Amino acid sequence: MATLITPSAERHVELLEQVWAERQGVLGWLTTTDHKRIGILYFFTSLAFFAAGGVEALLIRTQLVGPNGHVLSPAAFDEMFTMHGITMIFLFVIPMTTGAFGNYLIPLMIGARDMAFPRMNAVSYWIFLGSGIFMYIGLVTGHAPNSGWFDYVPLASKQFDPGNNIDFYGYGLIFNGISSTAAAINFIVTIFKLRAPGMSLNRMPLFCYAFLAVSFSLVFALPALSMACVFLELDRQLGFHFYDVSNGGDPLLWQNLFWIFGHPEVYIIILPAFGIATSIIPTFVRRKMVAFPLVALAEIMVAFLGFGVWVHHMFAVGLATITTIYFAAASLIIVIPSAIQLFAWIATILTGTPIFKTPLLFIIGFILFFMIGGLSGVTVAAIPFDQQVEDSYYIVAHFHFVIFGAAVFPILGGMYYWFPKVTGRMYHEGVGKVSFYLTFTGTLVTFFPMHILGILGMPRRVYTYPAHMGWTFLNLLESIGSYVLASGLILIVVNLAVSLFRGPLAGNDPFEGDTLEWSTTSPPPPYNYPLIPTVSSPYAMWDKEDRELDNRRLARGEGLLARGHETPASTVQDAEWDEILHMPPHSAWPPVVGLTLTGMFLMLLLHHYEIAAGFLVAGGLALLAWHNKEYAG
Amino acid sequence: MATVLLSGCGKQSILSFKSPQTHQITLLWWWMLAAASIVFLGAVVMLTVAWFRRGTRGLPFLGERETLTEGLVVLFGMGIPVVALVALFGVANLYVIKNSEAPDPRTTALTVVVTGRQWWWEVSYPGTRAVTANEIHIPVRTRVDVIALTADVIHSFWVPQLARKIDMVPGRRNRILLYASRPGIYRGQCAEFCGLQHANMALEVVAEPASAFRSWLSRMAAPAASTASASTGKSLFMSLQCASCHQIRGTAAQATVGPDLTHLMSRRTLAGNTIPNTPADLAAWIHNPQAIKPGALMPDLGLSSTQVSELVSYLETLR
Repeated sequence: MATLITPSAERHVELLEQVWAERQGVLGWLTTTDHKRIGILYFFTSLAFFAAGGVEALLIRTQLVGPNGHVLSPAAFDEMFTMHGITMIFLFVIPMTTGAFGNYLIPLMIGARDMAFPRMNAVSYWIFLGSGIFMYIGLVTGHAPNSGWFDYVPLASKQFDPGNNIDFYGYGLIFNGISSTAAAINFIVTIFKLRAPGMSLNRMPLFCYAFLAVSFSLVFALPALSMACVFLELDRQLGFHFYDVSNGGDPLLWQNLFWIFGHPEVYIIILPAFGIATSIIPTFVRRKMVAFPLVALAEIMVAFLGFGVWVHHMFAVGLATITTIYFAAASLIIVIPSAIQLFAWIATILTGTPIFKTPLLFIIGFILFFMIGGLSGVTVAAIPFDQQVEDSYYIVAHFHFVIFGAAVFPILGGMYYWFPKVTGRMYHEGVGKVSFYLTFTGTLVTFFPMHILGILGMPRRVYTYPAHMGWTFLNLLESIGSYVLASGLILIVVNLAVSLFRGPLAGNDPFEGDTLEWSTTSPPPPYNYPLIPTVSSPYAMWDKEDRELDNRRLARGEGLLARGHETPASTVQDAEWDEILHMPPHSAWPPVVGLTLTGMFLMLLLHHYEIAAGFLVAGGLALLAWHNKEYAG
Repeated sequence: MATVLLSGCGKQSILSFKSPQTHQITLLWWWMLAAASIVFLGAVVMLTVAWFRRGTRGLPFLGERETLTEGLVVLFGMGIPVVALVALFGVANLYVIKNSEAPDPRTTALTVVVTGRQWWWEVSYPGTRAVTANEIHIPVRTRVDVIALTADVIHSFWVPQLARKIDMVPGRRNRILLYASRPGIYRGQCAEFCGLQHANMALEVVAEPASAFRSWLSRMAAPAASTASASTGKSLFMSLQCASCHQIRGTAAQATVGPDLTHLMSRRTLAGNTIPNTPADLAAWIHNPQAIKPGALMPDLGLSSTQVSELVSYLETLR
């Protein structure tokens, strides 16, 4: 801390440094349970998958640059758009938001020293990495999933897809779901139990509300997907008939299960973006959020209502009109919490003192794209119109504005915003702005013409199109846009990579941020805070008296909790001091569990069931060994 | 781009509607676009104001009155959307939907069964022997009940100028109304991803005057005319694998795996609307279907060019 001046405070900090000293080198990263290190692992891994998904997208756009393209074969095209969807959703956005941003920031924002279950946190990462590698083994060996990320049966059944392409999908998503479920439970417990004493629920930053909502959504949505995949593999491997209509099954069972997961999934993707936006906006407009309680409620409402709308993905399958009308009404209701948040952001910007630095620019882009995607979303709640444009490029436009424009732009803005906190250095503001304008233009040029193509009748997921349909020019434009977009994204990475080594030192709080993470050093020490901070509002960093009080307490050596890996637990609602928790130190078992599960799923895929059982037993033994040597101090 | 939109040209554009149903849907779209544009421009104006006031301390009046600002958030976020959404819901989902629902069978004059197959469309007319592929003839200004089935995976029947789309799902017997206000040829395309050649699974709806339709239907119902002149090609067809997949009514070829070829030469296109139906294209298709439509279920039989031309001259008699 910059304000650490007294020798007694320095002595206290030295004590903490000894207690929380971390292993160095590769072994340190492999065995870490520090939420910040795990967050960084998540960040680089999901960034690598983002690059892979991006290359897949560019290949798709290159194939479609003109009519009758020959860049990809039809089979390769199908694998590309399937892997693009799976990668961006399961291996990029979710791990990037919950894994990287959530992991790194939630404990900091609530004044905790780690996640509630640090080893489970580590195992979430290793399982995520294993599942990502597992699915990409399919691509590398030429057996990538090829029935779309939605994987409709019977196209995905053994009869029509006899190779093991679909098994990489089925097993891969069951595998991946373990990681997300564990991470979500960890967030729920962390947010409910580890908030600094004083941070009652109404004083919790909106970012944490968003992640709480996301975590509950994940816990309730993922079982539907996992079961759908279990049924799929039972059908494929053991000849069950869940989806086989000739034996009393029903292909619509898959669609229902998939979208019961799949629509909450959309909010799982977008809610962290809302959380990032509500962190960046107050800082750069020098003003607290307008309508804080409404925004907090809206975040929860969106997640909740998201579970009642899945059939709007199925308006064209021939369900009874009354069924579709109910789900259309439910879908329209979601507009209200979304609109409340939207106007709360705009009102905050309008009534504050905006300083348009790079992070805020990305949030402005997010607001505009979220409006485009949201408004086109309203149009498809008009059932007859949806029945026209469903499965056309109009839908591709709609959901890319939502899950690229609205979900990824705050991620990009957030990368700039928290870069100084994570690295201790500043990014280059000028290059940052250029990168924003490139990605903004690229996104608009890539995805906006897709609305028109859909209106002109171009279906989705076609590997080519004839020259005489009037679609050629817009497709060319979109492909050009995708290259501009890619160059903007590369510029962001270059800016951050160069700044990591050359950027000026940032100090603790370069933007005068509003939340607690800006009170500690950049990068934060392993124990996050030398003492457990005092909190009396959701904008803890703007409460100057609290921070000065903290400095005096540190000098006196109060609230250090330095007798081991300690962090306080507080009561769920009012965050009153509850007990002191002893956090586990580094451990080699989480990566071992990840490895055994990877082995198990690979053996399942190759039909070596007895070896798979062996891996399962090994994983179970690793979990038993997990509990030894619980305390370091 | 704007001209393309305004003229509404484009073979599959929903803007060049040719039925009351699609007319209403397109009107609905224009109204929604107008309303959405107003909302979007409103937001852009607010953000533009913020941009020009950057670095200065908030809006004078609003910035100091928290309850007023919150009230505006509720008005814009809840009040106005509720009114707009209720209106949209009523118009779209209670009124326009009446036209795009499955039609009451008592109100339709003709039934057509369309069966999606990887990657073509089988078309039959219940009550007649007529079976054809990738080309649906209907009488103009007549309410036609389309029964949409699938023989394999899920497909989606979509002729944007005439009707909404309907999925073809195993085990389901979905129906939609097909109606053409004007004679013409309307292109449609599979809208649900159905595998390798999803992109080349198109069809045409030919809407013609009732008399022309009736004579077309009776021609389609008849078996193939027997012609002795093309007997070499015919015997090739029967002895090679052709006959194990295709049907030519009135001959020994009775399989129903591939399209019915009884009146092949009456069709405008081949291979799911992928290539025009000319003798040269037909020859190229028979010679190597995989070059034209990779992954198509019709195999490359490795025929010599003499065999191909004999087959073509036989097929040309199937009018």
